[in-house]
Amino acid sequence: MNAFLLQAATMPVTAPVAAAAPATAIGQPNTVAMAFFFLFIAVTLGITYWAARRTQTTEHFYAAGRSISAAQNGFALAGDYMSAASFLGIAGLVSTTGFDGLIYSTGWLVGWPVVLFLVAEPLRNLGKYTFADVVATRLRSTPVRMAAAYGTLSTVIFYLIAQMVGAGSLIKLMFGLSYESAVMIVGAAMIAYVLFGGMLATTWVQIVKAALLLGGAFALAMLVLAKFNMNPLALFAAASAKYGDAVLAPGKLVSNPFDTISLGMALMFGTAGLPHILMRFYTVPDARAARTSVFYATGLIGFFYLLTFVLGFGAMVLVGPDAIKAVDKGGNMAAPLLAEYLGGTPFLGFIAAVAFATILAVVAGLTLSGAAALSHDLWTSVVRDGKARPGEELKVARGATLVLGLIAVVLGIVFKGQNVAFMVSLAFAIAASANFPALVLSIFWRRCTTQGAVASMVIGTTATLVLIWLSPVVQVDILKHAGAWFSLKNPAIITIPGSFLVGIVVSLLTTDDAAAQGYDASVRDMIDGANAH
Amino acid sequence: MPITDTRSHQGHHALAAARWRIAIALTTAVVVLYFGFILLIAYAKPLMGSLVAPGLSWGILLGAVVIFGSWISTWIYVRWANNNYDARLEALKKESAR
Repeated sequence: MNAFLLQAATMPVTAPVAAAAPATAIGQPNTVAMAFFFLFIAVTLGITYWAARRTQTTEHFYAAGRSISAAQNGFALAGDYMSAASFLGIAGLVSTTGFDGLIYSTGWLVGWPVVLFLVAEPLRNLGKYTFADVVATRLRSTPVRMAAAYGTLSTVIFYLIAQMVGAGSLIKLMFGLSYESAVMIVGAAMIAYVLFGGMLATTWVQIVKAALLLGGAFALAMLVLAKFNMNPLALFAAASAKYGDAVLAPGKLVSNPFDTISLGMALMFGTAGLPHILMRFYTVPDARAARTSVFYATGLIGFFYLLTFVLGFGAMVLVGPDAIKAVDKGGNMAAPLLAEYLGGTPFLGFIAAVAFATILAVVAGLTLSGAAALSHDLWTSVVRDGKARPGEELKVARGATLVLGLIAVVLGIVFKGQNVAFMVSLAFAIAASANFPALVLSIFWRRCTTQGAVASMVIGTTATLVLIWLSPVVQVDILKHAGAWFSLKNPAIITIPGSFLVGIVVSLLTTDDAAAQGYDASVRDMIDGANAH
Repeated sequence: MPITDTRSHQGHHALAAARWRIAIALTTAVVVLYFGFILLIAYAKPLMGSLVAPGLSWGILLGAVVIFGSWISTWIYVRWANNNYDARLEALKKESAR
């Protein structure tokens, strides 16, 4: 159950049961899917070509020249955030367990209000390209940026591995391509977007992807509801008539409330610490646009998760849990199977291509934020002490993109067939425990010192990594040990308060005169915008 | 960084404090809403499984409430910020420009 839960909540990583379901075209080379897929690649590479000519400076490469509108950024945030996990995983979980899957639909949304209230505007006004810019506003740059890069790169690498392995399995399952060639196609396309088109291309890839995903999910949901007089309650009633009232009630998923609360905390506060999400606030012209863009993103993402209610129960009633599990025992093919049932092979092809575009866009955003941590935080600020030659940072950023992209492809192939589903919740847990507390403390607390912020980031990241290693998801599910030292599957309930506590205690035990003196100016900048005077 | 005069200084801190109070209040509201939902699922399973209407259990209804509640909380904040906060910010900028 546990492995199933995590897996369904993240990415398809199980091997398909080949030829178990002859009624579906899934796994056969699908001309329509291929056509849509290549159309998407052609359009996004066209965008990249257009964006490449406008990407001449570091500000363009990292932040699209601050030229993205609030509505565009709202779509791009939604595109960066809605992974294949939320589309395929939640639909699959609802279709096979009913209500339990909906716990994820809510959990993945509630981080967005937190982003809006606590980080979006201060981030836009205080930083330039990375969230470390904000923490380093009045603290000592070198230690802060090294610690922030540790947290950022850990988040990015684990998230990337999960996405790459998911991409390989998904494309193999849907298109019949080999796993390795699928990973390489994803890697090559993603490197092309980021390397040549920078943030401008990445943003438009996200916008196209978000529009496709929302449009595809909406069309699918409408086709489902058309069979139930456009009444979702009639759909839910049909599900309970067919599979019992239990499908509308909490089931086995919440067997350990602490686990659920811990995962909920990681999702809620991790969103406000995800480097690729935070970086998006630098692409808009001002704080007001940053604020408005989160409002749009919350609306779009919430709408999408409401659709997952209909998609999940629709797949349960129209396709059936057994048929879904016969194709992929993690349930991840529920939405594609539903599309095939309602619209035949062409619609299946379209939804398969949408799922693929979804992964491609997420990895592009992740790679760009990792490259920014390497080039802007580590190279320019730490190695060059903020005195890089003109044009140097852009070259380093492009080099870092290439290196990270290749690392992602290699790791994707190395982790083939491994259960890496836990890595997404790990990435959220690190983001919530390493990046979020330091960000909040440094922005809002006068007494926060360099030592406090660094200790919070380093211990937050390390503690999360160690506790995940000791937890059942690694010890039992992967290493096949009988038990685990640490009983929770997600450590956020310990590591988030722990990281805040470390930051506060270390700050109180140390003095940092420059940080205290810089506070008034930082409050002023946070409100006026750092470029305002 | 120009030396800030005390009045504008206080104005900035007051505005930051006002934003901080709204942010904390709304964050608390969302935390209570979501973790209340999770705790009900964990400790009141029979209630969450009981039906409000045919096809609609309390669990599904409250799940939708969490999503709508998140929307409404962001709407409240954006409304406050666009009307109240931005106006005070403009006044503050004019004052320090004088």
